[in-house]
Amino acid sequence: MISITINRNISPSIKFKDNSNLRKLKNRIFKIIIIILSIITISPIVLILSKLVIKGFRQINIDFFTQVAPDTFEAMMAIASGDVIPGGIANGITGTLLIVIIASVIAIPIGVITGVYLYENQGKKYANLIRNLSDILQGVPSIVLGIIGYLWVVLRVTNGFSAFAGSVALSIMMLPLIVRSTEETMKMVPENIKEAAAALGVPYHKIILRVMIPSSFSGLLTGILLAISRVLGETAPLLLTTLGSSFINLNISKPTSAVPLLIWNFYNDPNMINLIWSSSLFLIGLVLALNLIAKRIIARREK
Amino acid sequence: MKENNLDIQNPILSIKDLSIAYVQDKYAVKNVNAEIERNAITAIMGPSGCGKSTLLRAINRMHELYPNINTKGEILLHQENIYKMDTIKLRRKIGMVFQRPNPFPTMSIYDNVIAGYKLNGVKLKKQQRDEIVEKSLQDVTLWSEVKDSLFKKGTFLSGGQQQRLCIARALAYNPEVILLDEPTSALDPIATARVEELLVELKKKYTIVLVTHNMSQAARISDNSLFMYLGELVEYGKTNVMFTNPIDSRTEAYLTGQFG
Repeated sequence: MISITINRNISPSIKFKDNSNLRKLKNRIFKIIIIILSIITISPIVLILSKLVIKGFRQINIDFFTQVAPDTFEAMMAIASGDVIPGGIANGITGTLLIVIIASVIAIPIGVITGVYLYENQGKKYANLIRNLSDILQGVPSIVLGIIGYLWVVLRVTNGFSAFAGSVALSIMMLPLIVRSTEETMKMVPENIKEAAAALGVPYHKIILRVMIPSSFSGLLTGILLAISRVLGETAPLLLTTLGSSFINLNISKPTSAVPLLIWNFYNDPNMINLIWSSSLFLIGLVLALNLIAKRIIARREK
Repeated sequence: MKENNLDIQNPILSIKDLSIAYVQDKYAVKNVNAEIERNAITAIMGPSGCGKSTLLRAINRMHELYPNINTKGEILLHQENIYKMDTIKLRRKIGMVFQRPNPFPTMSIYDNVIAGYKLNGVKLKKQQRDEIVEKSLQDVTLWSEVKDSLFKKGTFLSGGQQQRLCIARALAYNPEVILLDEPTSALDPIATARVEELLVELKKKYTIVLVTHNMSQAARISDNSLFMYLGELVEYGKTNVMFTNPIDSRTEAYLTGQFG
């Protein structure tokens, strides 16, 4: 028969006070503080969304997406008779799409190529300089980029306010975001994948194009989507470059409207207040959707 | 080299006075001279940090992917200096398998096998491609396991299967030499045994150079062994001779487990 004795008096000199009730109380207080703080953190977005839904929902109908913005007289008459304001923001939606698509066409190739360059030249002087400049670019106020767009494009290239000038300003905003996210995702591709390709005798440019970029594709896409959602709501640079338009315009060399510009216009017109809510709701919805798609892509990649 | 009891006629590879430094004047490989026998398994052994992987990776000029690695001396493939060859052509003749299985994560099993052709833009007919994939996978005894899931991602396979897939990828391009850098260190004993059997089978057609941390692996499958210590080639000989009757005292100490 084997008997095992366990010495329970390992350190008899240490006496534990039974203060478990006090500890439980402290625990509870701490938990309550955390809950209160997190409610404070999320309350702005909840309040904003609920306000926008309540105030803007009534205005969202088919016309909202297919008609251009009404003039102030139409809006005044509708309000007087208690109807919803006629018309919509179709000129803003098409304008925003046009401006952002052209901005992406400019920023994505340059940003991705620069990001790949930075990844391939870690620790080199010139690459570090570019990385730092790109970080500084990220801190440049958007109104300044608007002025740049005005000086470089409005005055020199398109000789007047144009969608293209707005796209240039927004693409400069997107660039540092895409550069950084490209570099970071490329870093996450294991080195041995690159070596595997090199060991097969694959030339350098094909390793980048056919192995590295496909392997980090979801990361690149996420960075691009976040950059787009970042510039979707930009107003200040567009005020100085695309100006705005009451018509649907698809000519990149002509003044063009955009959803944030319309919101600004509606704000300056007391009869259009209701359209502010619905336009803002639309814009936030768009940004949220892009963010959710980006999150889904990240989650899929991490699986 | 201190001791060499090998006399290799018509070697496929000759390493001459090879020194490699990662940091200026600190050599990870010092003045190595060795000749590699055709259609044989040559094992490079030694304790961690002895320069065995560094030596192996010099043979297909993998070091050139990274800056600041300084290489002196030469390596001849069929009497032709590899440092004067085009790296791309060289790497097509000398395939490599890595420590961790690294199938391309975006490609299917099928595409992984023919990745060498695909990424190099070699156009093949579908029939040729099917043939190469089937033959390469049969060579690594993976065909029966994956023939119904050829178009699934290679990364869904087990570690051992992935490693055999990586060997198939190297074979598909029909190299003359296959370099393996501790190919079984990330695998379990059963997968290791299968890879070892495979290598013994493959030496009939290819020349195999294997880095291993595992002495018993070198003893089991290799024909010739190089023992390296602190960047120097200490002893090079027939494996069965070296394991039973080592000449250098350091080799003996390592083989009897006194360090390593």
